[in-house]
Amino acid sequence: MSNPTDLRYTASHEWIRVEADGTLTIGITDHAQEALGDVVFLELPEAGRVVAKEEAIAVIESVKAASDIYAPVAGEILAANDAAVDAPESVNADAYAAWLFKIKPANAADVDTLLDAAGYEATLG
Amino acid sequence: MAQQTPLYATHVAAGARMVDFAGWDMPVNYGSQIEEHHAVRRDAGMFDVSHMLALDLEGAGAKAFLRGLVANDVAKLGEPGKALYSCMLNEQGGVIDDLIIYYLSDTSYRIVVNAGTADKDVAWMQARLTASGLVATLAVRRDLAMIAVQGPNARSKTWAALPGSEAASAGLKVFQAAAWGDFFIARTGYTGEDGFELTLPVGQAASTWAALAAAGVKPCGLGARDTLRLEAGMALYGNDMDDGVSPLDAGLAWTVDFKDESRDFVGKAALVANGASKQVLGLVLEDKGILRSHQQVFTATGEGETTSGSFSPTLEKSIALARLPLGVAVGDAVEVDIRGRRLKARVVKPPFARNGKAMI
Repeated sequence: MSNPTDLRYTASHEWIRVEADGTLTIGITDHAQEALGDVVFLELPEAGRVVAKEEAIAVIESVKAASDIYAPVAGEILAANDAAVDAPESVNADAYAAWLFKIKPANAADVDTLLDAAGYEATLG
Repeated sequence: MAQQTPLYATHVAAGARMVDFAGWDMPVNYGSQIEEHHAVRRDAGMFDVSHMLALDLEGAGAKAFLRGLVANDVAKLGEPGKALYSCMLNEQGGVIDDLIIYYLSDTSYRIVVNAGTADKDVAWMQARLTASGLVATLAVRRDLAMIAVQGPNARSKTWAALPGSEAASAGLKVFQAAAWGDFFIARTGYTGEDGFELTLPVGQAASTWAALAAAGVKPCGLGARDTLRLEAGMALYGNDMDDGVSPLDAGLAWTVDFKDESRDFVGKAALVANGASKQVLGLVLEDKGILRSHQQVFTATGEGETTSGSFSPTLEKSIALARLPLGVAVGDAVEVDIRGRRLKARVVKPPFARNGKAMI
């Protein structure tokens, strides 16, 4: 699966969708779910939590291993996707549909520091 | 540079995700690891285990040598092809490796050892053999590939894939093997299911794999192999025991044979002197999360440690093997430290699942 060009990315394999109101919706990339294998557990941050850029704020566990998920920018958690927590395999089924949490960025300009699809693909080598 | 088995190209062509395992480039999964796991519990799956090493020990001194080398006693083997699981210990009673020994005759044994320990095993065995003065030769058989076919339908699908093999292997009891031409067919495995482990010439590995696949045996990676053996309560070298752990503390006392008091074996004195200080039991996580190896366990009688942990596809819960204080009993409530949080778990007696069914 190719990485949608309307999303932004991090080198740590998160995707970020910038919504019309400036809030961010975040998940993990298809490359990441493929590498993890069958996802069986998600631990997501609670709404209201203030997070720093690159802070480990969520955990995704596959049968094989546990991995951290990082905040792509500083801000406040607005929501977590309880449906994904209840059905962790949805991340494998469609990593770009199974969003994990939403952030209100502390500084809207921080979004400009994120990778675009081509930039992310370049990090995969 | 990682080593490759004779089936490397087959795995890559099938789209397997390849990872380094003990210095070997091995398939961890071909698609969904959970589906591969279920295929073995419910039907038939196969694993490339050619990274493991077969050794042939032959000579008049072979039996006496093995009686002194390993903690289980090969003297109990009398039926041709009968297999014995044993630990090979160092002088301190730590486990150098766990291995399978097949009895062919009093002067001929086939030994299968783990990939990650193969070099040190051979060096240890050869040095002990030379020092013993016993007459036997140890041959390294990297000319052989190994395929494990496991599951309730593994034997019938093997017979369909390999015409003529049924006559040679239908009468095998569990933990027994027989030669079939250039093949060695053993009714053994590491999954808690019935099936065979096939040892065969490297040159026939790819065609045999293809024939098994055509007969409906699903290729499975080492990921599923790990969750299957964990559910079956089987120890993994390097996780559940190693050079610094006695088999008596690793849940492997049943593999140590003290019956013949006149028999000495490497590590015996240390085992007798130290006895058991821990026990191995299973854990089922009751809170949400996933148990992993080497997490701290808090019990009413002291602390312990998980040695292997994962998600159990059969139980759809997280499970672990844990090395616990001797006072802990099945049914006890304990807590496990997972990333700084103490989560609730229940102590159970392994296995967690075998022969297609949940056991707890």
